[in-house]
Amino acid sequence: MEIHPMKPKSLVDINDYNKDDILRILNNTAKFKANPNRDFLKGKVCATLFFEPSTRTRLSFETAINRLHGRVIGFSDTATSSLTKGETLKDTIMIVSNYADLIIMRHYLEGSARYASEISPVPIINAGDGSNQHPTQTLLDLFSIYETQETLENLTITIVGDLKYGRAVHSLIEGLSFFHPTFNFVAPEELKIPEKYKTFCEKKGIRYNEFSDFSSEAINSADILYMTRVQRERFTDLMEYEKVKNVYVLYNDMLKDSKDNLKVLHPLPRVKEIDQDVDDNPKAYYFQQARNGMFTRQAVICDLMGIEVV
Amino acid sequence: MRKALQVAALENGTAIDHIPPQALFKVVSLLQLQQLNNRITIGNNLRSSKIGKKGIIKVADKFFEEDEINRIALVAPNVTLNIIKNYEVIEKKKVILPDEIIGIVKCNNPKCITNNEPMKTRFHIIDKEKVELQCHYCEIKIKKEEIIL
Repeated sequence: MEIHPMKPKSLVDINDYNKDDILRILNNTAKFKANPNRDFLKGKVCATLFFEPSTRTRLSFETAINRLHGRVIGFSDTATSSLTKGETLKDTIMIVSNYADLIIMRHYLEGSARYASEISPVPIINAGDGSNQHPTQTLLDLFSIYETQETLENLTITIVGDLKYGRAVHSLIEGLSFFHPTFNFVAPEELKIPEKYKTFCEKKGIRYNEFSDFSSEAINSADILYMTRVQRERFTDLMEYEKVKNVYVLYNDMLKDSKDNLKVLHPLPRVKEIDQDVDDNPKAYYFQQARNGMFTRQAVICDLMGIEVV
Repeated sequence: MRKALQVAALENGTAIDHIPPQALFKVVSLLQLQQLNNRITIGNNLRSSKIGKKGIIKVADKFFEEDEINRIALVAPNVTLNIIKNYEVIEKKKVILPDEIIGIVKCNNPKCITNNEPMKTRFHIIDKEKVELQCHYCEIKIKKEEIIL
């Protein structure tokens, strides 16, 4: 019988990774992007447990596994699992870890992946736990920045939209904090960046500027323009939403004086915050960014399973 | 004026003094005194030259473990523990907030896994002076006045 003398490494939170870990993952991601179809997972079974549906993320993970010649088991919503019979998360994880070599999970409860990683004998990848963490999103964002700018150091990143609740935004700030960025935070009053992230930046010596309007200054100084969705349900005052809903929208002509190296990113799905006329601009990078997610997940899976990527 | 003890003296045991009145019953619950069969005297809203009004708890023949008494720091960081043997105070202890609190505080986030799964809560103390906690699981931060036991 195989025994596990040491707790396996899991990826629950971007803060589980230090600078070296991030750079290792990004370098391996580049290797998978150059050559995505490898047989590193031959004979391995990976489970995708989606307690909450997320088709985009699940397909990205499952394609990553398929391209590595691994097999996938799992469920994509809880209607088909024992959870509807009242089974605990612990029992589900203990059972599935009997079958699979790695578990990828998305759950509507915050902290669920941390708990799973403490009880599971196999590695856990957090594919989103409520509004808490989604670390592979951060890694794919970092890869897209690294790839397009050829560095992560000393970049100016303008982040636009919902900076209060946006999980991707908060993790991106933490992930970039190793690399001396300058942030421009562009958000309506109700969705401003929380104090704790400003304090975080100050403690790390990271420069930031705050804007309440989507000005040309914030766009033209940026190396990366990271757009996010401003959601109606986030507003307590709907009058306020009506006032700002068309303010944080990017149109192609707004990019005319931007830097040559600028790329526009978005964690997707987008609704209206990037107009379709931006899609054909070579600075639009959000679809390639989503594609990069698959390579990033190949790199993370192999890393957690101790597979050396050559 | 005749000077009398406000609460009867203890032969052997622990006297927890200078408890803020609003924290007294929380201390009772933190130490799970309701489960003890020892003789327990509880006084509240007693006169205190230090803090105006205070609570006091005397538990006969009971000497608490460090991790038990340090829990008190969550609700009453300035209490004094008097360890009494033969009517004499042989040791005075201050409570020290530990780095981590397991299984005592409830997480305030209804969407936290700890409120939905039969498991112990776990908090990191991120600010000992202000008594600010962070849930190990959902990462929510809880201020002193928001702590639910």
